[in-house]
Amino acid sequence: MVGLIFDSLRDPGTPVAARRQAPGAATAARPPAPAPGREAGTVRFESVSKTYRSAAGPVQALDRVDLAIPAGAIFGIIGRSGAGKSSLLRTVNRLEAPTSGRVLVDGAPIDALDTDGLVALRRRIGMIFQHFNLLAAKTVRQNVALPLTVAGVPRRDIGPRVAEALRLVGLEDKADTYPSRLSGGQKQRVGIARALVSDPEILLCDEATSALDPETTLAILDLLRDINRRLGITIILITHEMSVIREICSDVVVLEGGRVVETGPVWRVFGAPEHPTTRALLEPLTRGLPSDLAARLQPQPAPGGWAILRITCSGQAAPDLSGLAEAGAPVRLLQAGIERIQGRAVGRMLVAVPAEDPAEDPSTEARLRALGDVERVGYVPADAAVG
Amino acid sequence: MSPQMIERLWQAFLDTALMVGVSAGIAVLAGIPLALFLVTSGPGGIFPAPTANRVVGTVVNGFRAVPFIVLLVALIPFTRLVAGTTIGVWAAIVPLSVSATPFFARIAEVSLREVDAGLIEAAQSIGCRRRHILAHVLLPEALPGIVAGFTITVVAMIGASAMAGAVGAGGLGDVAIRYGYQRFDTTVMVVVIAILIALVCVVQFAGDTAVRRLRAR
Ligand SMILES: Nc1ncnc2c1ncn2[C@@H]1O[C@H](COP(=O)(O)OP(=O)(O)OP(=O)(O)O)[C@@H](O)[C@H]1O
Ligand SMILES: [Mg+2]
Repeated sequence: MVGLIFDSLRDPGTPVAARRQAPGAATAARPPAPAPGREAGTVRFESVSKTYRSAAGPVQALDRVDLAIPAGAIFGIIGRSGAGKSSLLRTVNRLEAPTSGRVLVDGAPIDALDTDGLVALRRRIGMIFQHFNLLAAKTVRQNVALPLTVAGVPRRDIGPRVAEALRLVGLEDKADTYPSRLSGGQKQRVGIARALVSDPEILLCDEATSALDPETTLAILDLLRDINRRLGITIILITHEMSVIREICSDVVVLEGGRVVETGPVWRVFGAPEHPTTRALLEPLTRGLPSDLAARLQPQPAPGGWAILRITCSGQAAPDLSGLAEAGAPVRLLQAGIERIQGRAVGRMLVAVPAEDPAEDPSTEARLRALGDVERVGYVPADAAVG
Repeated sequence: MSPQMIERLWQAFLDTALMVGVSAGIAVLAGIPLALFLVTSGPGGIFPAPTANRVVGTVVNGFRAVPFIVLLVALIPFTRLVAGTTIGVWAAIVPLSVSATPFFARIAEVSLREVDAGLIEAAQSIGCRRRHILAHVLLPEALPGIVAGFTITVVAMIGASAMAGAVGAGGLGDVAIRYGYQRFDTTVMVVVIAILIALVCVVQFAGDTAVRRLRAR
């Protein structure tokens, strides 16, 4: 199956095919690092700015964005509505031209491309959309075939490649259906097949799962991850769902007001968000102090009360709990959310220790510090029902 | 009714069908490119040419503003130039086409404009050139609306062709005026009206069926 995909999706003689792994290595869990000097599947933004002229005056959507997206990454773009995410993504296939700055795809600037160059570029970059954007007047098969049809691929080659792309997304049996008869998830699969049929190096996804239910979202994410691993395609995706980023992305960039405010591997950005915007965006994922404790929180310790400590784990090894067992004083676990992102333990624990203790007995705090960054949230009185 | 009258009515029916058929064909051949131009040459279109767009739009509006009966007369010199005569079926086809083309173009334009911009974007993203967008996106996606608009156009042209008959173009309108009106032959008048109603119904039914088929997918 994998071999078949490679054989049929490959366009012999193109640099893309040369970049692909051998079929045998294709099931490796991680996409291949590009060979040194090769830049296929990379995108670089160099001081990209974009100003729209609208009736209400100019709108600066992007403000000197510098960003490098490595080959084989699943790169997430997050930010509030209007932060410039779509604008940034759309400069990659030049649906939007930057006002200043350069975008480099595979190491080559795309700003000076003529029509032929642009068409060739777009054939190497697939794109899927929130509302699928399938042609209602064409069957699934014709929709998926369109990129090949307009590229002048001989008819006898189109059939097998379309069939293979449909097999990849699991829609072989819907080939002759019209899109209006498909569910949202199926429509997005057609969108993915259409984006992949011309064997792109890069796949752009603008809120591709926003119109789907949670279960279908997971299925589509699985498919995207699968595509990334098997075909080594760089995926750049925009989403408002932080869980999507956590689920499949390797790296993430946070935009605010058209600027990059934070970027890095997901485990780091999600484990220790630095910028207020990132924190605000991650708010739904991070549970705060339980309300009963929050209501009784006070800045000073009360006799017999408890100190509330927040331990943040951002990318170390999984926390070793045996250290806690050795602590002389009780350490109460109030709330914990530790997740494994890209093989690293990321999350927060909320613990309570006797109020006098952390100050007087540095060993407890020292032991807690072995778990992660320790931060004192405050104190609650003895009757706060902690222990 | 005499056999001659039946024969005359039949001939008139054929004349009307010919006038409307040929003019409708011309309206499609000229109107669709015109509609595509109006849609794609506007600001933000795929062939932006705002000045030409405004000029053509104004000319189209001009033709649409002139009542058909006035156009019929105003175009006589042009008709003579094109058809070589100003009476008869072929002479009537000139003003009929000239009037139907802008009408149909505006109706087709509405359907073309309704094609989701996201589809054009998706087409661009897969490497479609502008001509591919016309052929694979704009026209096929707007087709049901264009067919519905064509039906409206043909029905309007059947009415207009009867008017043309009044100024010597032949066809059902001509018979109705000459026999039904000027010679007070009520039977002929009623029969002509019945034929026109039937013709309109058939055209409308065919158009509706085609649209339903196109939309069913
Ligand atoms: N074609 C346009 N003309 C004028 N202004 C635009 C245009 N497209 C986007 N903008 C403006 O640019 C800014 C960034 O828009 P963009 O669509 O990139 O945001 P986004 O981060 O994708 O938002 P969302 O999450 O809502 O999709 C917004 O202020 C928006 O109003
Ligand atoms: Mg957007």
